[in-house]
Amino acid sequence: MKTIKTFLMVIGVLAGLSFTSVSDNPGYDIGDIATDFKLKNIDGNMVSLSDYKEAKGFIVIFTCNTCPYAVAYEDRIVALDKKYASKGYPVIAIMPNNTEVKPEDSMEHMQARAKAKGFTFPYLMDEGQKIYPQYGATKTPHVYLLQKTQKGNQVKYIGAIDDNYQDAAAVNVKYLEDAVDALLAGKEIKETKTRAIGCTIKL
Amino acid sequence: MKNLILLILLILYGCNDQKTIAQEYNSQAFTILNFEELKPYLNKNDDKTYIINFWATWCAPCVKELPYFEDVTKTYNTNQVEVILVSLDFPKQFESKLKPFIISKKIQSRVIALNDMDMNSWIPQVDESWSGAIPATIIYNRTKRKFYEKSFTERELRSELEQFLNLK
Repeated sequence: MKTIKTFLMVIGVLAGLSFTSVSDNPGYDIGDIATDFKLKNIDGNMVSLSDYKEAKGFIVIFTCNTCPYAVAYEDRIVALDKKYASKGYPVIAIMPNNTEVKPEDSMEHMQARAKAKGFTFPYLMDEGQKIYPQYGATKTPHVYLLQKTQKGNQVKYIGAIDDNYQDAAAVNVKYLEDAVDALLAGKEIKETKTRAIGCTIKL
Repeated sequence: MKNLILLILLILYGCNDQKTIAQEYNSQAFTILNFEELKPYLNKNDDKTYIINFWATWCAPCVKELPYFEDVTKTYNTNQVEVILVSLDFPKQFESKLKPFIISKKIQSRVIALNDMDMNSWIPQVDESWSGAIPATIIYNRTKRKFYEKSFTERELRSELEQFLNLK
C-alpha cells in the first residue's frame, strides 16, 4: 500500500514538473532538428515538409490574420517566398491560434486573407495546436529557418523577419534574409536569434 | 526674436483655446518615450513597488487584464505601488486608437507609449527571457524583481503583488 502511495506521489510530482515544463517549454534552439508535420492547407490538401523533395530548407513562419504585427509583415512574407522559393527555401506559414478564441483566424478567414494578399505559399492550420509548442513559438509572427541535412531539418535561425515592423522601407537589418543568404552562400549566420514584439499565441 | 516667438505663441494660445486644452489633455493621457527614456522607470530604487505592464489596445488578452492593473492603482497608495502601462501600439495609432482608449476607459494608471523600432536590442534589456510576446509584466522593488511573459487573472496579480509587499 505504501509503495503504491509513494508511486502515486512520484507520479504526481512528475506530472507537476512536466506541467510547468510545458508552459516554460523553450522549444527548439539553434542546431536542433525540427519536427515535420502534416497540416491542412487553405486549399484543403495536407502539407508536410517531406513533400518538398527539391527544397534545401524552409522558412517556417508562425503567423495569423488577427495580429497587427503579423498583418504588418504580410507583404514582406509574400516577397520572401517570391525571392527564396526558387532558390530552395520556400515559405511555410502556420496559423497556431485557437480559432475558438480567435474566430477571425478560422480556415475560412485564412483562405480569404491568403486570397486578398496573394499568398504564394501554403498557409496551414495548426489543428489541435500540436506543432507550435514543439517549435517553441510564443507569438505571431515567429520565424524558424530550417536547413535540410542528413539528420533532418536543422534549425538555423529563430526570431524576427527584420528590425522594423512599421515600415518596410525603413528597415536597417533584414535578419531573416541575411540568414538565408548566408545558408545559400555556405557561410556562417551572423545573428542566429533575434527578438521582436508579437501577439501571444491564443490557447 | 524671442519676443516675436512669444508673441506668436500668445496669438496661437489666444486664438485657439480649444486646441491648447486638447493638447494638454493629450500630454496627460500618455507620454511618448524611446527605450533609453523608458529605462529609468524599469530600474527605480525607492520605497515603492512598481508594476510595469507591456500591452497594446489591439492585444485582446492585454485589454482583458487591464482592469486588474487599474484596480491596483485605485487600491494602493501611489507611494506604495505604482502601475505603469507601457503601450506598444503603432505610433501612427497613438492619436487615433490609444488616446481614445485611455479616455473612454478612464485609465487612471500612468501610460507611456514606447516608440522604439529597435526591438531586438531593447526586448532583452527588459528581461533576458522575454521572447517579445505581449502581455508581459515586470513587478519589482528594491529587494525583488520578477518578470512574467503571461496574462494574469485578478487573483494571480493580487497574490504576486502581495509577495512583493510582504517582503519590504
